[in-house]
Amino acid sequence: MTVRPTRADRVSAPAGSVEFDADVLVIGGGPAGAWAAISAAEQGARVVLAEKGFCGTSGATAAAGTGVWYVDPEPALREAAMANREKLGGHLQDRRWMASVLDRTYEQSNRLADWGYPYPVDDNGKSQRNSLQGPEYMRLMRKRTKQAGVTILDHSPALELLVDEKGAAAGASGLRRQKHDRWTVRAKAVVIATGGCAFLSKTLGSNVLTGDGYLMAAEAGAEFSSMEFSNPYAISAAFGSVTKTLFYGWATFTYEDGGVVPGAASKGGRSAIARALTQGPVYARLDKADGDVPRQMRVSQPNFFLPFDRTGIDPFTDRFPVTLRLEGTVRGTGGLRIVDDSCATTVPGLYAAGDAATRELICGGFTGGGSHNAAWAMSSGTFAGQGAADYARHAGPTRGRRLSSTGTVALRQRAERPFKPAELAKAVQDEVFPYELNYFREAGRLGGSLERLDALWVEVSQADAAAADDVFRARESASMLATARWMYRSGLARQESRGMHRRDDFPDQDDRQRHYITSGGLDEVWTSVRPHAEAAYAEAAE
Amino acid sequence: MIEVIDAQRCTSCDICVNVCPTNVFDKTDGFPVIARQDDCQTCFLCELYCPEDALFVSPFADIPQNVDLEALRQNALLGSYRRAVGWTEETKHHRDIDRSYLLFGH
Repeated sequence: MTVRPTRADRVSAPAGSVEFDADVLVIGGGPAGAWAAISAAEQGARVVLAEKGFCGTSGATAAAGTGVWYVDPEPALREAAMANREKLGGHLQDRRWMASVLDRTYEQSNRLADWGYPYPVDDNGKSQRNSLQGPEYMRLMRKRTKQAGVTILDHSPALELLVDEKGAAAGASGLRRQKHDRWTVRAKAVVIATGGCAFLSKTLGSNVLTGDGYLMAAEAGAEFSSMEFSNPYAISAAFGSVTKTLFYGWATFTYEDGGVVPGAASKGGRSAIARALTQGPVYARLDKADGDVPRQMRVSQPNFFLPFDRTGIDPFTDRFPVTLRLEGTVRGTGGLRIVDDSCATTVPGLYAAGDAATRELICGGFTGGGSHNAAWAMSSGTFAGQGAADYARHAGPTRGRRLSSTGTVALRQRAERPFKPAELAKAVQDEVFPYELNYFREAGRLGGSLERLDALWVEVSQADAAAADDVFRARESASMLATARWMYRSGLARQESRGMHRRDDFPDQDDRQRHYITSGGLDEVWTSVRPHAEAAYAEAAE
Repeated sequence: MIEVIDAQRCTSCDICVNVCPTNVFDKTDGFPVIARQDDCQTCFLCELYCPEDALFVSPFADIPQNVDLEALRQNALLGSYRRAVGWTEETKHHRDIDRSYLLFGH
């Protein structure tokens, strides 16, 4: 019996490129990607993890602090945790998935403690495991990923997926930005863990999250779900990047003249802030934080105070201007559609984890932000990593496979017009940032936006391959464009208000639309409807 | 955005070049340089990883600022984030100081 190599093999490659032969390729090195890579490696798979930035600092988690949906395994506590957000989520969650994510999150959080994560201990001596400091957590995850034998490619954005003759995912290729060359990984299964899409809004840590994995997966034929749930906005100081909406629970929001903005609140009143911001500046002061709270805030989230400490603002006593930054599908719940318990997508050999995958199963249509997304990253990362390793093990011999590239826009020679990534990104932002288009949706405005977005797609489809220096930005902006089209087409299809999706023309929730919206397609974007599991049973019983 | 690399403190270890998630820095024969300031997402992580407290990220995410390096040194603003999260020898007891469980009533 031969001992199975645990590392991916670097194989010979043409000049200007590197090539690896692996069982599992994980694209994305945030928490979901790291958990997927570790879980696949623990199953004996040879794993490569390709990260656009640096695995350990890249993504929405590393820069922030996050709650974790960590609940002790007592039936009453678990029941309450599941019931807690069902109404807010428009009853689109799935109890079976929630239970499984709670189990896995509990298990993996406890492993983090074993690995040395410095969880705080409360006055009763109990280790508190429902919050993680992003830099600390992701530094540890990088270390564990390396120790698991995973080959990490940093600063290595993937550009396109490879598929075999049968259309199954078989690897990817991309750039090594700091080596100025290209990489190719041939694998038997691929996990997309590229995060959501926040449209370069500078919401904390999210500018690496441009929906790249969505575009690559769609080019290979994958589908999406719940993309209408894609319009949360986070509160930050107007000049700054630190979005920590929870802390604004202690804020009073005022107009320029000092008058209180009616109904404005971080929770349940953010739309009032959005409406006020369309009229003029809005200010906040955290004047409801008293007693020990300011000190606890400071130690729990030191980065929240950087914008204030460095500008001489005391946020507890001074008024400062605020804004709302779009978080898109990073804290929305739409993403790649998952078809089974291993987080497989509709493409054979292709798995999705973390914010790249839909979080409808545990969040419904309400934000996955904070604790639920963190729990989902740990759990779906584990499910997808194990699923991909299992798929790879049963894939059989791959010698002689003929692989082809699936990339489209910005990668094909067209010789018609040059590709201009910065202009395209700006044009997409102009459609998805405005509150009157995305926060408050309406058929006419969504339709107008889609016409412009579809026209942009035709334009970029006809554009020439981007120049080598530009191709990475070109693919990012094309991913943002594709994401916006799935979002708004799904938003048009849901003719009601549910979860975070609010329609001015359909202000109420409609019981007949307790279903999921599937979407997909590139040149032609389509949507269809899938029943919610419970709704389907109820209908069958009638 | 990242505004300054303090040449008095920088040892050219190039950690910032490696860890920046948006690849803002470039290596040179001497000190690293801020080569793509526009790409900075103001996440402050380069500061955390700099062992010499040689970097300063201004909190202004969209507009470059003129910073007074001497004032930053005097006001102990260089390295302030790293000290706050407990990533220095003197402050490592801060690493488990998170009190979110009290704030959010879990």
